[in-house]
Amino acid sequence: MWAIRVSLALWAGALFAQHGYSPADVDAGGRLYRSNCVNCHGQEGTAIQGVDLGHGKFRRASTDDELARIIINGIPGTPMPPSSFSQAQADTIVAYLRSLVGAGTATVAGGDAARGKAMFEGKGGCRSCHRVNGNGSRVGPDLSEIGALRSPANIEQSIRDPNAEIRPENRYVRAITRDGATFTGRVLTEDTFGVQIIDSHEKLVSLSKANLREYAFLKDSPMPSFRGKLSAQEVADLVSYLETLKGVDAQ
Amino acid sequence: MKLRALLLVLAAGSLPAQVSFDRLVHAGQEPQNWLSYSGALHGQRYSPLNQITPQNVKNLELQWAFQARSVEKFEATPLVVDGTLYTVQAPNDVVALDAATGRVFWVYSYKPSPQSRPCCGKVNRGLAILGETLFMATIDARLIAIDAANGHPLWNIEVAKPEAGYAMTLAPLVVKDKVIVGTAGGEYGIRGFIAAYEAKTGKEAWRFYTIPGKGEPGNNTWSGDSWMHGGASVWVTGAYDPDLNLTYWGVGNPGPDWTSEVRGGDNLYSDCVVALDPDTGKLKWYFQFTPHDDFDYDAVQVPILAEMDWKGSPRKVMLWANRNGFFYVLDRTNGQFLLGKPFTKVTWATGLDERGRPMRAPGAVPTPEGNKIYPGNMGGTNWNSASYSPRTGLFYIPLWDNYYSEFVKGPAEYAEGRIYAGAMPRSPVPMIQAPQVQNRKEEDGYGAIRAFDPKTGEKKWEFKLSEVTDSGVLSTASDLVFSGGRDGYFFALDGRNGELLWKATLGGQVSSGPMSYSVGGKQYIAVSAGSTLFSYALR
Repeated sequence: MWAIRVSLALWAGALFAQHGYSPADVDAGGRLYRSNCVNCHGQEGTAIQGVDLGHGKFRRASTDDELARIIINGIPGTPMPPSSFSQAQADTIVAYLRSLVGAGTATVAGGDAARGKAMFEGKGGCRSCHRVNGNGSRVGPDLSEIGALRSPANIEQSIRDPNAEIRPENRYVRAITRDGATFTGRVLTEDTFGVQIIDSHEKLVSLSKANLREYAFLKDSPMPSFRGKLSAQEVADLVSYLETLKGVDAQ
Repeated sequence: MKLRALLLVLAAGSLPAQVSFDRLVHAGQEPQNWLSYSGALHGQRYSPLNQITPQNVKNLELQWAFQARSVEKFEATPLVVDGTLYTVQAPNDVVALDAATGRVFWVYSYKPSPQSRPCCGKVNRGLAILGETLFMATIDARLIAIDAANGHPLWNIEVAKPEAGYAMTLAPLVVKDKVIVGTAGGEYGIRGFIAAYEAKTGKEAWRFYTIPGKGEPGNNTWSGDSWMHGGASVWVTGAYDPDLNLTYWGVGNPGPDWTSEVRGGDNLYSDCVVALDPDTGKLKWYFQFTPHDDFDYDAVQVPILAEMDWKGSPRKVMLWANRNGFFYVLDRTNGQFLLGKPFTKVTWATGLDERGRPMRAPGAVPTPEGNKIYPGNMGGTNWNSASYSPRTGLFYIPLWDNYYSEFVKGPAEYAEGRIYAGAMPRSPVPMIQAPQVQNRKEEDGYGAIRAFDPKTGEKKWEFKLSEVTDSGVLSTASDLVFSGGRDGYFFALDGRNGELLWKATLGGQVSSGPMSYSVGGKQYIAVSAGSTLFSYALR
């Protein structure tokens, strides 16, 4: 792809070390981003396939100055056009993009990641559905980079109340074919004529809607709520651990 | 003698296209060809071909594919002239190929200025032809004439300055000896216009500003100096009625898009259809769909001209499914409003009054915290063309339903060449392109091909899509309807009842209108998806 391929690498600490940005810079850059960049890149910087502005590692730029240069000059031969931003304005957009990476990095008060890891792999039983760095089940969402994707508050909410927000990519479907076979699984992608899932046996299954007798999304998340099952300290430990998971690209 | 006759035949076969304006006007008499953007100047996207039928359409088979050397969306509708297909590889390469085999004859590669800054992709929607000359409007706002036989440029003129935000994405329209285009750039604070150029020389013949200047009628529909940067783009091709000698064009949104208090008034001729004299560019009438648009609704459709019996007498009408969610029937002799009804979920207006003016819903405006309004920013439909079949009498609309945006009120300050639009609306549906892995909730909006009876505005049938769609619609003389979707399918429906008859997986988002042509008595259906143009025929 032409685009700036982004994965997870640069951390807020390292980033802010390049340039000191004030909250006012971030605010100003956010305004410029929302009125100039969102049209193509989307609110979260992920609207163009293969590009993820919110997570900080850029194929064509590593320093803030390089990023600002791209914002001003565009990338010839790609749909990224030049702009008429001043250097100062481009810098504020960089500040805003860098702040997105930092948004998910606040530590959880009192959480202990090591204890959380033990909980995740032991008593919590999380690996019976979730996978981290190659260990655990694939039935639930792979959490290897969850710390880069979601805020601590968001993760905590999922632990305490999994039904509060079920993201479209984490929905489960139950389908019965015309010859009576039943499939339950997490929906990977859905289209007009078919649905592609990873089923309860971790198999990739492609179903044609024309061959289905019944087909429905499960209203509730298959994930159990841990409200009342884990103490506040245990939840904080677990969130702290999950926040350390940034994906292989970050290593 | 025999050899000489053979040589003559070979020579005749290689003669360049000679497309007189008379042929463009009577395009319906040569159904094997597709001579202008919408197939004919009436804009119906209806093919008189009928070899492919509801009974045999299941036997469609891929004949060839042309892969563009471009990662931009493939939005062009090809032209086909006597066996040669002409299309545009984004941004601005003209390609001539054998319409029966897909083999390329020539490529004319134009490199647009790096100063070009289109809001929504460096795309191109196709070409126009007159005589043996092709015309392309470029993303850096130039108009280029190209020899249809060998791909050599004949003239190349500046229509407007790209560094000021002007761009062109539309296929030009040929009327008589002139080539008519309009400028995009409404998100960059341009002052839009439609202009005609002499086909032979590229000399400008007339220019119609889509925003009236100081002292002109309508200028007072813009507060202060807001008219100077009020946008009013032209994104798609117009239509032409040879009997009335009028050319009709849809005009885009006023700018800044979502910050409307700086441009008090109705903001003429934004969001209008304008009827112009093609010889002079003089305005004959206009109809405004969305006065003082707060939502970027545009009037970004090809006007569809139809002859129909209207309450007992024949009438020359214009059909229009607007991005604002309403479907309109106008009398195209004078712009009189005949009928208007919502074709999708609409909350910004409570209805249309007896003259077709929307009755704004109280409080339905962008707010600092964001205001959820249907249809969302991309509209109930968009630039991708609808189709009208004079056989079924139905109007086929590719639409987005149950789709909203949260419209946000934010600052907008004009600076040349920079986005001048206000704060971007928020929506769970991506604006331009779907991700490869598609997984959204139906309650966040979906797409459909929906058939309406234009005489009543009544829905006849619907074919529902799990994703929204950027595909146009083609109807044919065998009552087939072809369209596609963001999920990479291309399909044929029964135009009478919406039944699915055939489908193919093309693997890429369909962002163009399907079209049909024939070569050697064989009917083809062509459509682009992803960055590839596909052509199908019966096996």
